[in-house]
Amino acid sequence: MVRIDQLTQTHLDVLKEVGNIGAGNAATALSSLLNKKIDMTIPSINIVDFNELMDYVGGPETLIVSVFLRIQGEAPGSMFFVLTPEETNALVKRLLGDTEFKAEELMEKEMAYSAISEIGNILSGSYLSALSDFTSINMQPTVPTLVLDMAAAILMEGLVEVSQESDHAIIIDTMIEDGEGSTSSVKGHFFLLPDPDSFDKIFSALGVLDK
Amino acid sequence: MTITTTMIKVGIADLKTAKAPNMLKTSGLGSCVGVVVYETSQKIAGLAHVMLPDSTVSKRETNNAMKYADTALDILLKELQEHGAKKYALRAKMAGGAHMFSFRSDNKMLRIGDRNVEAVRNILARYSIPILAEDVGGNKGRTIEFNIETSMLEIRTVNAGTTII
Repeated sequence: MVRIDQLTQTHLDVLKEVGNIGAGNAATALSSLLNKKIDMTIPSINIVDFNELMDYVGGPETLIVSVFLRIQGEAPGSMFFVLTPEETNALVKRLLGDTEFKAEELMEKEMAYSAISEIGNILSGSYLSALSDFTSINMQPTVPTLVLDMAAAILMEGLVEVSQESDHAIIIDTMIEDGEGSTSSVKGHFFLLPDPDSFDKIFSALGVLDK
Repeated sequence: MTITTTMIKVGIADLKTAKAPNMLKTSGLGSCVGVVVYETSQKIAGLAHVMLPDSTVSKRETNNAMKYADTALDILLKELQEHGAKKYALRAKMAGGAHMFSFRSDNKMLRIGDRNVEAVRNILARYSIPILAEDVGGNKGRTIEFNIETSMLEIRTVNAGTTII
């Protein structure tokens, strides 16, 4: 079992590659959906404790919109597609042409809710299927759920499994964004949080052996 | 004389004790539970933000005892008594234990919020500490603030407004 404090640069590079493959595929999917050029950032691998994770997303009370799914199969974990309220507005505007939409009304606006859910669905699905192909690890997503709430309340739900064994989580963060770079640009973050036991599976599938 | 109130923040898997006029706060409770144990005569209170119900099922020697309902409450009660709180006069309020997502098919993790709430209830019952008010369950995140002076617990949510219990 690879422990967090024993991770080498090679391990971190492998996890970056995991983020690259997944988000690259998701960016392609979003690009063909929106008929727009979509860029992605280099994945960042963060090893954080729970409170640091909340600071990472802007504080525990920060309002976020998130699609959450559990990965089941040989390498279980949690996956989030996270949008800020502004990013949600931009995405709804682009998908539905609704310029009046406010993210705070997400739970009441059926069309917007459904559109964002579907985007989250498609993107996380393409992320996972790329990852599953690349590693030859069997991964099945649960049905994704979309919520708008405080960051801590949402993210901790995906960390229940991790927290049983550890006080730290390894988070693979990738951002996708359209090329415009303005405040109204379409973008979002993928957070992949493998369960502690899944790292060995991922590392051995990709040929990184324990030293 | 000026009385300054400090808002003492409690993180995730963390606990703090304080005396009036200070306030205790923890943010973004989802399936986690925020438990306040307090004594009105001496105006002393403690707040724990617990993530998991039971330390004994952990597969590993984990490092943070404040993460689990059982060990966190042990520490909290000990700290309160060290600061002079009388055990028989302790009262409790709690909030949290939500169920943020409607699915969650892996069974053992099912309804972690409910299990947290249940664990806290059992442990407080074992110590004979009555729970005077609670706001638990549902599918909303909560931020809670405990006013030690008045023993009131304010609960803020995103979609369901603010309540005081």
